[in-house]
Amino acid sequence: MNLLEVENLCIWDAGTNETIVHNSSFHVKQGSCLAIVGESGSGKSVTCRSLMRLNKAWIRQSGDIRFKGEDVNLLSAKEMRKKRGKELCMIMQNGMRAFDPSCVVGVHCKETLGAHFDWSKSEMEAKMKRAMESVMLKDPISLLNKYPHQMSGGMLQRMMIALALVFTPDLIIADEPTTALDTISQYEVIEQLLLLRENMGTSMIFISHDLGVVRKIADDVLVMKDGEIIERGPINMVFTEAQHEYTQYLVSTRRALSHHFKKLIGEEL
Amino acid sequence: MLSVSHVEKSYKTGGLFSNERQEVLRKVSFECSHGECLGIIGESGSGKSTLGRLLLGIEKPDRGSVLFEGENVSDHAVRLGNISAVFQDYTSSINPFFTVEAAIMEPLLQQKKTRVDAKSKVDRLLNHVGLDSSYRKKYPHELSGGEVQRVCMARAISTEPKCIVLDESISSLDVSVQIQVLELLKTLKSIYKMSYIFITHDIQAAAYICDRVIIFRSGQIEEIVPIAKLKDVQSDYARKLLKHIITF
Repeated sequence: MNLLEVENLCIWDAGTNETIVHNSSFHVKQGSCLAIVGESGSGKSVTCRSLMRLNKAWIRQSGDIRFKGEDVNLLSAKEMRKKRGKELCMIMQNGMRAFDPSCVVGVHCKETLGAHFDWSKSEMEAKMKRAMESVMLKDPISLLNKYPHQMSGGMLQRMMIALALVFTPDLIIADEPTTALDTISQYEVIEQLLLLRENMGTSMIFISHDLGVVRKIADDVLVMKDGEIIERGPINMVFTEAQHEYTQYLVSTRRALSHHFKKLIGEEL
Repeated sequence: MLSVSHVEKSYKTGGLFSNERQEVLRKVSFECSHGECLGIIGESGSGKSTLGRLLLGIEKPDRGSVLFEGENVSDHAVRLGNISAVFQDYTSSINPFFTVEAAIMEPLLQQKKTRVDAKSKVDRLLNHVGLDSSYRKKYPHELSGGEVQRVCMARAISTEPKCIVLDESISSLDVSVQIQVLELLKTLKSIYKMSYIFITHDIQAAAYICDRVIIFRSGQIEEIVPIAKLKDVQSDYARKLLKHIITF
């Protein structure tokens, strides 16, 4: 069953009349992970924000976005707000910008949870604590009392995942969640996302420009270039028998980077 | 050529009147010779960017010294035209009111070169970094990330420095562009014979270009290894780091 179906999605800038995404159609199956890859400026983030209806007011969209059979475009702002977080959850690229800098992380979490559930304060805290422990954040209570700037990017990224765990959404949209992180935090965040899929059967849309990460986590891939989907298919097929020149180029450059490293480490190529 | 000995650095933490200090660097010593590419690998928050700023002489160490060919880098005359830098955030590293041409000429004019000399050099520099002369009149916001980073490199090599500090200069680029920039760095190195200090968290990129890497952790050097011996690292931390790399 398809959880999300997108048909003929067009996105354009009403100010300049420039088309950002041309006629893209794709779907996400229940429990699977779809990756969108492409270079910066290819329209991957705009596509994802349009699914959540979070684009700026002058960015207009047309086409069908059906989430669980319901057309997202027809929902009122209030209904949409109910869906965000609880059913569609987004993990942002930059942890520092995703949290409210003026209050401690715990306040932000409580506000978010309070908007969707009528849990008591202690209930929220207990649930949050359990979720944070499962994403390997040690000492959750003291972390909840810290400001975003006192935590590292990797920790904030895991906070966002923990928040997603509490909501148990049907679809998680992860927009370059590992790009700003260093090697070890990147690995940990990926592990957490894999666990999340395993334990809760959540579907996921994963955006990245790093094919190495995509290969580890996704089932299907879309390759985007200049707002168009130029290639799609199951992950292994796209990477081994890429049809489009551009996909081949992306794969070969990524391989060149790893190749040298593997040679040094003496891994099998 | 560049020698760092027993460098320590700490910053004030807490409020305005607090005396608490956080140690960022602890007894760091290493050397970088002519024409070498030295990688500094560490997690975010390990103090590698602070080290980069000390090498550039933008900040002074609390204790210890950073010497460039025997002289202290905090002296402006020592580093003028000899050490340059390329930073991570390409959006903020070129004055938005400058054209590409003006940005590249800036360090040349600092060296009391005449405007005519400097102008004639811009074309050649742009050529070296793989851009053509049509870029001269463009402004930074009209260029893509990879192109701006190339302009930054052209600016960095304009004075033909002996050493360039690259602080996460490729981390915010797409993987496909990263390869192009790394290749460019290799070519530039063969032309100008300078040394690179390559600060990054990406071991794969470091493995691509460096001769020797320093593995850096919470303000201390964990291990220094030649790149060919990367797989024989001794310390636990370095092993952990290698194990956590996602290859393709």
